[in-house]
Amino acid sequence: MLVVDSISKSFGGFLAVNRVSFEVQEGEILGLIGPNGSGKSTVFNLISGAHKVTGGSIRFEGRNITGLTPDKICHLGIARTFQIPRPFKKLSLLENVTLSAYFGDDALRSPEEARDRARKVLEIIGLPTDDRTEVTTLGAAGLKKLELARALSTQPRLLLADESLGGLDHQEMEQAADTLNHIRTELGITIVWVEHIMGVLMRVVDRVMVLDYGEKIAEGLPKEIANDPKVIEVYLGNQQALA
Amino acid sequence: MKRYLLIAAAVSILALLPLFLVPVYYLHLLILVLIWSFIGTSWSLMGKFGIVSLGHGAFLGIGVYATTVLWNFQGLTPWIGIPIGIALALLLALLIGYPAFRFRVVGHYFALITLALGEVVRLSIIAARNITGGSLGMTPDRVQPPTDVSWYALQFSDKRYFYVIALLCWLGALLIWRWVNRSMTRPALEAISEDEVAAASMGIHVTSHKLRITLLSAGMTALGGILLGLYNQYLNPSSLSGISISLEIVFLSIVGGMYSMLGPTIGAIITIVFRESLRTYFGVSLAGMSESIYGLLLIVSIIFMPRGIYGAVETWLKREPPPSTSAGADPDPDPSS
Ligand SMILES: Nc1ncnc2c1ncn2[C@@H]1O[C@H](COP(=O)(O)OP(=O)(O)O)[C@@H](O)[C@H]1O
Ligand SMILES: [Mg+2]
Repeated sequence: MLVVDSISKSFGGFLAVNRVSFEVQEGEILGLIGPNGSGKSTVFNLISGAHKVTGGSIRFEGRNITGLTPDKICHLGIARTFQIPRPFKKLSLLENVTLSAYFGDDALRSPEEARDRARKVLEIIGLPTDDRTEVTTLGAAGLKKLELARALSTQPRLLLADESLGGLDHQEMEQAADTLNHIRTELGITIVWVEHIMGVLMRVVDRVMVLDYGEKIAEGLPKEIANDPKVIEVYLGNQQALA
Repeated sequence: MKRYLLIAAAVSILALLPLFLVPVYYLHLLILVLIWSFIGTSWSLMGKFGIVSLGHGAFLGIGVYATTVLWNFQGLTPWIGIPIGIALALLLALLIGYPAFRFRVVGHYFALITLALGEVVRLSIIAARNITGGSLGMTPDRVQPPTDVSWYALQFSDKRYFYVIALLCWLGALLIWRWVNRSMTRPALEAISEDEVAAASMGIHVTSHKLRITLLSAGMTALGGILLGLYNQYLNPSSLSGISISLEIVFLSIVGGMYSMLGPTIGAIITIVFRESLRTYFGVSLAGMSESIYGLLLIVSIIFMPRGIYGAVETWLKREPPPSTSAGADPDPDPSS
C-alpha cells in the first residue's frame, strides 16, 4: 500500500532520516519505534508532505506522492496525527472535527454532512459530540483523542498515528492501544503507529520497525524485535522503555 | 436574533435620514462614514483572520486612478472603468499574495511587504504625472454636456445620490461579511491563522484560502476607493494610496473592532466624528493636534480594548447573566440574604 524507498531528510546538514526504506501492507498495524530524536516524527512529516524529502521516494497505492503538498496527500487517503497535539483553539471541539471532515474528504460536499461525520467519529473515539465543548477544556488524553478524531474524519485508508503516549497513565495508554486496534479491525484502516515506549505497542502491532539516529536498524515481528540484540542495545539503560 | 433586529432598525433609520431635511454637511459626513465603513469592513475581512495588510492603500488607489484615467483620456464610462479598476487591483493582490502565501510569508513579514506595496503605488501614481497630475492630484472631467445627474459618468451634484450608493455598498459589505462568517471558509481561515501546518495536514489548501479572502478584500477596497473618487470628484495620491492612508484603514478597523461585523463601521464613525470635531475645535492653528489626539486614542483603545470598541461592548453584552435571572424558577433563591 505504502512503499517508502530510501528517504532521507537533512536539517541544515544534520541527517534526521538516513535512507530509510519500508513497506506498509494493506490492513496491518506497523509499529515504528525508536528512542527520542531517532527520526520517527520526521518520517511522518515526510510521508504526509509537511516536510520535503532530501532524497528518496514515496509511493502510495502505486502513485508517486513524493513532493506533493500536505492537503493533496490528505485527499489521496493518508491522514496523520501530531505527536504534540495541535488543536485549533479558536474553534470548538465539534468545529475542529467538522472542519477536517469537510476539507479532508473530497466526497463530503455539505457542512451538514461533515458535521454528521464529525459526530460519528467523536463517538467512536470517545469524545463529547455536542457543539459546546471547547478544546481548551480537554486534558492531555482528550487532546490526543482529538488528533485521532480529526485524522479519522478525513476518511483515510492509511493512518499515521504519532501517538507517543508518554504523557498518559497506564489505563489511558491501554485505551489508546485498543482504540487503534478498533480502528484497524472495525474501520479497516491501515495504521503506522509511532511510539518510543515499546510496552503497549507490542501487544497490538503486526510488525515492528526500529529507528535509531535516523537509520532503520531492525524490522520484524514483535517477538523477534523484542529479542533483537541491536534493539536491546539501543534501549539498554532505558528500562522503562522495554517495560 | 435580537442583534439582527437592532441592525435592521439602525439601517432603516439611516436609510430614512436623507429623506428628511438633513443639513448638507451632515449628509456629507454620513457618506464619508459609509464609504470608510465599507473600506474598513473590506480590510477586516482578512485582518480578522490574522492576515494583516498594511498596504490596502494600494488597492484603494489603483482602482480609482484606473477608472478616472480611463474616463478622462478614453472617455470610457465608469460602468466599464470600475470593473477594469477592480480587475487591476485583483491582479496586484494576486501578484503580491500568491508568492507571499505560497512561500509562507506570514505575520509581521507579510505586513512589511504590504506596507511597501501601498507606497509603491503612491510613487507610481506620482511618477505618471502626465496622466495622473502627480502629487497635485487630478479631477475627473465633467460630463459633456454638463448635467446635474449623469448616470453615465456617475456624476451627481445632489449628494443624496451618493448617499444611496454608499449605503447600498456598505450593506453589501455586511452581507459579504455574514456570508463569509457562515461558510466553511471562516473555520478554515481561523484554523489557518492558528496553525498552517495542521490545517494543511487535514486537507485545507492554505494558499488558495488566503488568496481568495485577500482578493475579495482587495477588490472591495478598490471599489471603496472608486466611491471616494466619484464622490469627492478629486483624486490625490496621498489620500488614496501610500502608507498613511493604508494605516488609517487599519486603525479605524482596530479601533472599532475588526472581529465584529459592525466593528469597522463603529471605527469609521468614531474616526470621522472625532476628526471633524477636533478639526473644528482646534482649527487650523493647531492642525497637527487632531492627529496626535487621534493617535493617543488609538493607543489607549488597543491597550484596553484589543477587540476594539464594538468588540468590547459585545463582550460585555455577552457576559454571563447574573444568577438572579434564574431566581424565578428557584422557590428559595438565597434564604440567608
Ligand atoms: N524542523 C526541524 N528542524 C531541525 N531539526 C529537526 C526538525 N525536526 C526534527 N529535527 C531533528 O531531527 C531529529 C529527529 O527528530 P524527530 O523525528 O522528531 O524524532 P522522534 O520523533 O523519533 O523523537 C531530532 O534530532 C530533531 O532535533
Ligand atoms: Mg516524535
